[in-house]
Amino acid sequence: MIKTYTGITNIIGDIAELDATGVAFGELALITNPSGESTLAQVIRIDREKVSLQVFAGTKGLSTQATVRFMGHPMQVRFSDQLLGRVFTGSGAPMDGKPPLESAPAVEIAGPSVNPVRRVVPANFIETRIPMIDLFNPLVESQKLPIFSEAGEPFNELLARIGLQAKADIIIFGGIGLKFDEYIFFRRTFENGGVMDRTVMFVHTAADPVVERLLVPDLALACAEQFGIRGKRVLVLLTDMTAFADALKEISVAMEQVPSNLGFPGSLYSDLASRYEKAVDFQEAGSITVLAVTTMPGGDVTHPVPDNTGYITEGQYYLKNGVINPFGSLSRLKQLVIGKVTREDHNSVMNSMIRLYARALESKKKISMGFEKTETDEKYLQYGDLFEQRFMDLKVDIPLNQALDYGWQTMAECFSPQEVNIKRDILEKYWPKSTSEASAES
Amino acid sequence: MNDGNSITGVVIGINGNMVTVEVTSGKPMQNEVVYVHCGQDRLKSEIIRIQGNIVNVQVFEDTKGIKVGEPVDFSGELLSVELAPGLMGMIYDGLQNPLRKLNNRDGFFLVRGQYLPAVDLEKKWLFHPKVKPGDTVRAGSWLGWVQELHYPHMIMAPLDLIGTAKVKEIQPEAEYTVQDTVAVIEDTKGRTQNIAMLQTWPVKKPIKAFTERIYPRELLATGIRIIDTMFPVGRGGTACIPGPFGAGKTVLQQLVSRYASVDVVIVVACGERAGEVVDTIYEFPRLVDPKTGGALMDRTIIICNTSSMPVAAREASVYTGITLAEYYRQMGRDVLLLADSTSRWAQALREMSGRLEEIPGEEAFPAYLESRVANLYERAGLVQLRSGDMGAITMIGTVSPAGGNFEEPVTQATLKVVGAFLGLSRKRSDERKYPAIDPLDSWSLYMEHLHDDLNAQLDPNWVEMVQQIARYLRESAEVGRMMTVVGEEGISIDDLVTYLKGEMFDAAYLQQNAFDAVDASSSIERQIKDLKLMHRAVVTSFEFDTKPKARQFFANLQDAFYQKNYCALGSDEYASYQARIEELLASGSPA
Ligand SMILES: Nc1ncnc2c1ncn2[C@@H]1O[C@H](COP(=O)(O)OP(=O)(O)OP(=O)(O)O)[C@@H](O)[C@H]1O
Ligand SMILES: [Mg+2]
Repeated sequence: MIKTYTGITNIIGDIAELDATGVAFGELALITNPSGESTLAQVIRIDREKVSLQVFAGTKGLSTQATVRFMGHPMQVRFSDQLLGRVFTGSGAPMDGKPPLESAPAVEIAGPSVNPVRRVVPANFIETRIPMIDLFNPLVESQKLPIFSEAGEPFNELLARIGLQAKADIIIFGGIGLKFDEYIFFRRTFENGGVMDRTVMFVHTAADPVVERLLVPDLALACAEQFGIRGKRVLVLLTDMTAFADALKEISVAMEQVPSNLGFPGSLYSDLASRYEKAVDFQEAGSITVLAVTTMPGGDVTHPVPDNTGYITEGQYYLKNGVINPFGSLSRLKQLVIGKVTREDHNSVMNSMIRLYARALESKKKISMGFEKTETDEKYLQYGDLFEQRFMDLKVDIPLNQALDYGWQTMAECFSPQEVNIKRDILEKYWPKSTSEASAES
Repeated sequence: MNDGNSITGVVIGINGNMVTVEVTSGKPMQNEVVYVHCGQDRLKSEIIRIQGNIVNVQVFEDTKGIKVGEPVDFSGELLSVELAPGLMGMIYDGLQNPLRKLNNRDGFFLVRGQYLPAVDLEKKWLFHPKVKPGDTVRAGSWLGWVQELHYPHMIMAPLDLIGTAKVKEIQPEAEYTVQDTVAVIEDTKGRTQNIAMLQTWPVKKPIKAFTERIYPRELLATGIRIIDTMFPVGRGGTACIPGPFGAGKTVLQQLVSRYASVDVVIVVACGERAGEVVDTIYEFPRLVDPKTGGALMDRTIIICNTSSMPVAAREASVYTGITLAEYYRQMGRDVLLLADSTSRWAQALREMSGRLEEIPGEEAFPAYLESRVANLYERAGLVQLRSGDMGAITMIGTVSPAGGNFEEPVTQATLKVVGAFLGLSRKRSDERKYPAIDPLDSWSLYMEHLHDDLNAQLDPNWVEMVQQIARYLRESAEVGRMMTVVGEEGISIDDLVTYLKGEMFDAAYLQQNAFDAVDASSSIERQIKDLKLMHRAVVTSFEFDTKPKARQFFANLQDAFYQKNYCALGSDEYASYQARIEELLASGSPA
């Protein structure tokens, strides 16, 4: 049953209120201005007759005489294989000049959680050929992982590079608050990478209304879920989730909710989690891997958006000064693949190299403060430089095993085997023979 | 109690997961369970505020689709769990719905409005009576038992029984379902009651059918060296693990859930990642519980309300967990309750408080946050049951402070009530020094309180030994700080030695490799042995003529200790590293 009302009583921020009955919580409505323009809106609060609508296109220019038509269902997305190769806006309308998918079945967005017992333990290593990822923080199929980035870093390039390298069956891209040229960059990358025919893009640009940002992750993830339960290995790319969180903030302010931190609603954690938790490895079906960009306002990782994100995702890649920082970065699923599907020495190499690099930075700091350089410092400094050249530089593009060999070589060039804290059996097997003899204890 | 049928009400407002209901007749009660209709579905909810005939309920499900005018059914009951044989090894959601059964029925996704009995109602259990007609019983008295996996599961007189009652009838040894009557009791007023193995208990109320609470008097061995040695948790005590994201709270709890020497482990995955539970679900059936030889899963109950599941049920999940823990404690079991993360539970309180438009406190948490946290941890403890047996709940909760800053309300409220603070540091986890418990910041009240017990149970000088090493650790850190200011050249060789000793203790004792079969867990027997040797290395005075020589010496010594960690106690390799350490100690110390 579709009901239509004329007239809006209150407009606060991007929330419109009117009196209506028989309306369901979460229901979708179409608001049409007397001028003929229309926008979608969603019911976000009901208090007896008073219904509050979150207006996706924003309330700018919204007339109190607009008509409101309740659709009888929540927000949906049309799903079929025909989605592949297509580009849609943040509200799901075609953006590529092709017709909408009207005949495809409608699927509810922001649907229920996967039953945890229906998940399996992820076990597939995704090789990206970026040593800072593969060696130190490997990406695992079904992982949810953001790139924490300061402004001006090449986060979109990194996202696109990992996206292409991941060899997923389906790529679903969600752009939130993108600049137009960023959108073109991604589209070109997918086209030139030969993956556009298995890609779906939902694009909200900076020119679009702020509230529409809220829909992008849900649309993208609802599609991903449909492909996933049909056995596909889906990769979802979202950029920038901070723009998404900012939209949440605007709505909560308009709803007069008590903010918990820097104006963000107390539900920020749950709001982000309900999106990221869509990442899954299904028992007897496909998987959804979610890679996202979270820009850090002011480069501050304790800002509520990166902070809450870090508490939700399974690690993060921390992009700073053009490199993936080994300390802030973490892949929490790494232990599921390291030494299991990757080489047995992987864990030892990873831990020792990081520890040594941390120590190298200490030496560097010490020297920069004008202290005497000891013999020990000398070794660490040499190691630190090699580490940065051979592993951290984003231009390095090598497979994991090569990176591991390189790791042993680098350690052996600088240290004796006693200095690296590695289990003996692994040391004996992998420590480069020639250098170990040369540097053996006298 | 209400007569549930006489109350009626309708929905008049929906705000997120809070629904406002107008009561059209009858008298509701606070925390009563109600069912809000949503089309065909009936959504479980709880009354959280009553103002005249207007009540606010928190809905334990997605509220999408609810309309004004929909009817609300009142149950007359408080939010409760089912207590019966068959709980062990189960995986529940926050409201005790068995997730495996829901999966068999509903498939990939959790369908709202679907509730199932917590235990198998058909299964027959061999009941062994323990009482005779005429015996006097009180709340929680053991009337009989059934074998549940590896332990006898006591069938108890109703936990809410007031005063005493007499056993009128008791069924003979035979097989019964959990709903069959196994006994009939008569209270002092002559009222009789049929007793089945299944009883229910309201989750927000502590079970207190015991004589007294007792201060912990022994260590709970977790297998984690830095905890057991430096910051011990008493059996029946409480501890919290605050730490920034990714510092290792969950991994630490998972290790403890595997290796702690207890009878029952209850894991409450509260508002965290579903994937983390999956690990446990897959691994535990395959791992062996050294205590019983059975599967680790057999001693475990998982309550799983992960971050994308409804927020109100998240709040309930912690109470569901502690109530199950109390139930097993009543059987004289030694229970470990792990909650990850209590901050998500506190946030659930905050979200609801916001919707109720209560006056917000710091960071918008409600003013009653502190008392709620205290009430929760207070439900843990060592108790003496009326039978004289002892039962214990040890509770360890993680805290996820915003921005990793411990000065926030949940951490602060928790620190006031727990017996041990195992604070994880970002710096240590960044440096991959796991477990990232900060050895200088953390504390345990049990170290002092259990002083005599520890020395009696572990080693006559245990506490003194630990404290002495801890002092070295502090001094070492002090020297480390000094070195950053004055450089290595600015400190004496003796200071450097102190520094290196601290570093060695840290790297080769406090740190532990969670992913190595041997190093992942260290028995108390082993910790005593390893610590004594380490203690000797730390207190021995060494003399070196140059700093590089000192460094080289400690590199070798530390490496020997480190390698020893990977060798099984009693193995030849273990012995050979021990000999190597002895040799080094002899060579380095002045004759
Ligand atoms: N003891 C350990 N040994 C080795 N690695 C560890 C250890 N503890 C943690 N880690 C590493 O750190 C990662 C994060 O740990 P964990 O998931 O326990 O963090 P957390 O504190 O629970 O974070 P959050 O608050 O976000 O849930 C793990 O996936 C693992 O890679
Ligand atoms: Mg965790």
